[in-house]
Amino acid sequence: MTAITLAKQEQVNKTAKNDLSQTNLSEIELTQTVGNIYADDAKMSIRNANVYYGDKKAIDNISLDIAKNQVTALIGPSGCGKSTFLRCLNRMNDTIDICNITGQFTLDDEDIYAKNLDPVLLRARVGMVFQKPNPFPKSIYDNVAYGARIHGLINNKAELDEIVETSLQKAGLFNEVKDRLNDPGTGLSGGQQQRLCIARTIAVSPEVILMDEPASALDPIATAIIEELIDELKDKYTIAIVTHSMQQAARVSQHTAYFHMGKLVEMGKTEDIFTRPSHKLTENYITGRFG
Amino acid sequence: MTKLNKNLNGDSNNTMDTISITEKVSLSLKKRHRKEKRFKFIGLFSVLFGFLLVVILIGDITSKALPAFTQHWVKLDVSYQASWLNMSDYSSQNPMTKQMKKANYRNVLKKSLYEMFPDVSGRKDKRRLSKLLSSNAEFTLKDNLIASPKLFEKKTQVWVRLDDDVDSYLKEEFPLGEAGLRITQQQAQWLAQLISSDSIESRFNFSFFTASDSREPELAGIKGALMGSLLTLFVTLLLSFPLGVAGALYLEEFAPRNRLTDFIEININNLAAVPSIVFGLLGLAVIINLFGLPRSAPLVGGIVLTLMTLPTIIIASRAAIKAVPPSIREAALGLGASKMQVTFSHVLPQAMPGIITGAIIGVAQALGETAPLLMIGMVAFIVDVPSSIVDSATVLPVQIFLWADSPERAFLAKTSAAILVLLTLLLIINLSATMLRSKFEKK
Repeated sequence: MTAITLAKQEQVNKTAKNDLSQTNLSEIELTQTVGNIYADDAKMSIRNANVYYGDKKAIDNISLDIAKNQVTALIGPSGCGKSTFLRCLNRMNDTIDICNITGQFTLDDEDIYAKNLDPVLLRARVGMVFQKPNPFPKSIYDNVAYGARIHGLINNKAELDEIVETSLQKAGLFNEVKDRLNDPGTGLSGGQQQRLCIARTIAVSPEVILMDEPASALDPIATAIIEELIDELKDKYTIAIVTHSMQQAARVSQHTAYFHMGKLVEMGKTEDIFTRPSHKLTENYITGRFG
Repeated sequence: MTKLNKNLNGDSNNTMDTISITEKVSLSLKKRHRKEKRFKFIGLFSVLFGFLLVVILIGDITSKALPAFTQHWVKLDVSYQASWLNMSDYSSQNPMTKQMKKANYRNVLKKSLYEMFPDVSGRKDKRRLSKLLSSNAEFTLKDNLIASPKLFEKKTQVWVRLDDDVDSYLKEEFPLGEAGLRITQQQAQWLAQLISSDSIESRFNFSFFTASDSREPELAGIKGALMGSLLTLFVTLLLSFPLGVAGALYLEEFAPRNRLTDFIEININNLAAVPSIVFGLLGLAVIINLFGLPRSAPLVGGIVLTLMTLPTIIIASRAAIKAVPPSIREAALGLGASKMQVTFSHVLPQAMPGIITGAIIGVAQALGETAPLLMIGMVAFIVDVPSSIVDSATVLPVQIFLWADSPERAFLAKTSAAILVLLTLLLIINLSATMLRSKFEKK
């Protein structure tokens, strides 16, 4: 038995003493989101979003704003729907046949689920970084250049070189790989691979970057580098990040949304959520009583 | 866990009536090891047994095939006399070179032979004597004279092929009168005479690789069938590879999941199990009779074999495409790549090694296929080497089938040699596929 599970066991015992067993917790009613879902300068707005996987409802009537040039963290226990929600923001769920989405999703007041909008165009504006680093089995250079190439953003080799270099620099990877741009991207370490994936996303110059637990497969040092990077990137890009680590959410984000069983329980400024949570469920989660 | 700890510490309450867990485990461990050993032995035995069978097969075929690679030749003292050649009245209107093509070389051959054996008399004996030589010998004389016309009216020495029965007799040294060998005591004496005067020589049989099929075993070669096989395979690969890969990509990446797709899937799997002769019937009924394509042509053979190879390639390609990690697809989609771009710049290159393996299995099957080709007339006796996909042709396995069916003893060796050539061709195809595969995997 590891130390962590023992610690959790203790927590459970404590809550039992406080007369708040786990079953009681989930019975607390989730009628309405508490806190503030609105942002002064919203880049993306989602209203009354529902997502079904076949008959199962994965997202239940969620509304929130994603503030421009800031980091919005989505936290919550496993299976609460935060990744599903994030994938709705650039229509990655379109590839899943049984997935059914309703509600209003806008990017700069433009409906992203409009019939005449090509998801390819949307994904060029809303990039995504995945949980597991997934560089293409190609050279580092080709990995970064791929997006620019397929979108026809460049006219000649010099422009492409420029894009690759600046993207790698922004992702803080250039100095480490500048001598081996033609080596395969899969040969890098895990943290470097994830930064390569970020550079690859930046190279297309998106407006929003979605990150689905970008540091969960990385060691603490690589995680710290990624977190620093996220902090720098928010000056240019709007970022939404799903994370399991509450410390990470507290460190990198300005806004935090707490999801629970497909519902948005609470949303607000990160410092408020972590110091003065209004909802009992949020409090229990961030103090580590369950999750 | 706690129980184990207690037992390990030796302070269990009921150690009296139960043996400790460690002992139990070690007991079962022995059993498990025995099982593992037994399984390893069975596995090793199966591998060795299979290997042994292959060695026996190859060894047997090779030993039987060896005689086909040599051919005995005999040295004849030939005199190209004008009277023997029936070329007495050549003039400017009727030039010598033109007459040389029409001259009677059979007569020259016979007369020269009778001069070498002056004591042979009587029609029967003379016929037996000339039967020692291949029926092709007169053409050797003709080619020789046309190549160097100055030999006209002169004596020279020419090497000609011996007959296949004589050849087999010299190679195998069967006792005389053996069934199947038609060599008489007298003929054997003549041969001994020729051998003692160093007039018989065994040479490498080049014509086996440069000639096409023939009724005479000493003249029959593999080239026609080999070219037919290569042309047929070319058509098969050209049709089945793009069609198979496109079909697999569509079914895996683009097709909507519905009843129709399921129905198509089931039918592709069923197609792989259809007896190949049925495809031959289809080829005969539809491709030849309905569309009017030529019979016995590699084009038709290739189309029929494509029908047979297609399901193999589709099934293997789909498995390879399925094995491409979804994270790669997501990464490309997340960058804004269209479905087409994802498929062609990521999925296809990643799946290529598997697809190539499937294609090679399919083509190797097609290379060894006989039954469907019999139905479309590729079993015909064809003496010319096919030069295009609409010429009449036969293929290696059908050639093997035809030779195996022939009564002449020398065709036994030819059959084995043709099998060796077929196996070598398969080996070459497999090797090149392995090389191609590793090239794609490196990328």
